[in-house]
Amino acid sequence: MRSMARRIILVIAAAALAIGVYAGLERFAPRNPAMETSLPAIAASTNLRPLPHLSFTDINGSAVRTADYKGKVLLVNFWAAWCVPCADEVPQFIALKKKYGNQGLQVIGFSVEDDPRELRDFCHRHEVNYPVVPSDLRSADAFGGVLGLPTTFVIGRDGRIHGRHEGTTDFASLEKEVVAMLTAPQD
Amino acid sequence: MMGFLRNLGSVRRGPAAVTMVAAAVFTAAIMIRAYAAAPAGDIPSGNVIQPQELAQALKSAQKPVVLYTGPEEFYAQAHIPGAENIGPAGKPEGMKKLRARAASLSKDMPVVIYCGCCPWDHCPNIRPAFAELKKLGFSKVRVLYLATSLGVDWKDKGFPVASGE
Repeated sequence: MRSMARRIILVIAAAALAIGVYAGLERFAPRNPAMETSLPAIAASTNLRPLPHLSFTDINGSAVRTADYKGKVLLVNFWAAWCVPCADEVPQFIALKKKYGNQGLQVIGFSVEDDPRELRDFCHRHEVNYPVVPSDLRSADAFGGVLGLPTTFVIGRDGRIHGRHEGTTDFASLEKEVVAMLTAPQD
Repeated sequence: MMGFLRNLGSVRRGPAAVTMVAAAVFTAAIMIRAYAAAPAGDIPSGNVIQPQELAQALKSAQKPVVLYTGPEEFYAQAHIPGAENIGPAGKPEGMKKLRARAASLSKDMPVVIYCGCCPWDHCPNIRPAFAELKKLGFSKVRVLYLATSLGVDWKDKGFPVASGE
């Protein structure tokens, strides 16, 4: 009888061990090969598309005209406060603006489908130091379409789009790009 | 199997059995904790469909119902041809629309949901949409795997898109 009880205990223990190992493998193994990464994708062709002259109104009611940024290096970040990786990036855009603003770097944030009140609260809480504009089809179209967040464009002093970063931003790489554009000889 | 059981039965020493039970309990506890720490509503691999597979399925006679559960602004720019615009399932109005659409679908119908608004791990829409359809009893729900976005993982790879609302 004791032998039977011991056997049952051991079978249960072995089953629990097997289930545990299986669960561990299932939990920690990648769900599929492509799921391993969501690295930033940089579009192969940025084609130096010129930024059209457009006028927008930011969340504080001020006009934001793309023509006003002529001669500046401009980062345009499409984001949303509801998008966690986008919201996480905002302090880094603030820091870039602080660091390079006096050398000619400007930033504009285009917010996609945020609740206006939540957006204003977010910007106020984070002390966003650049204009934030509610995005629409016109703004997305000006940049050749935006189909995912975050997406950041780098516009040179010549008013052309030089870079497009899609997905979570690699700020080390973006900063190098910004510095290169700020220090590039001007025509 | 029977031989294995006999061998187990021949383990006569109590400490061996106790050690094995303790190891099993320890392992199971670690795994249960790992699951508890995982993001709620994560999607099992069997319910994920890759872009290539969906593109093929859309060419077949028995196409799945494709429901877009992301921001309207992206749908208007580009969406998978034939996809229905549900809106962000992470918001109450999107969820309401999803439930309304689901009510007119057969529970055994193949359904693919997608968003691609932001990187997969952080998408606020696909997990609530998937969980809701499963809760409603849909047995063939799959979520399109878009690692970065619809732009990067679908459009830029040459899969077809349509535009307009």
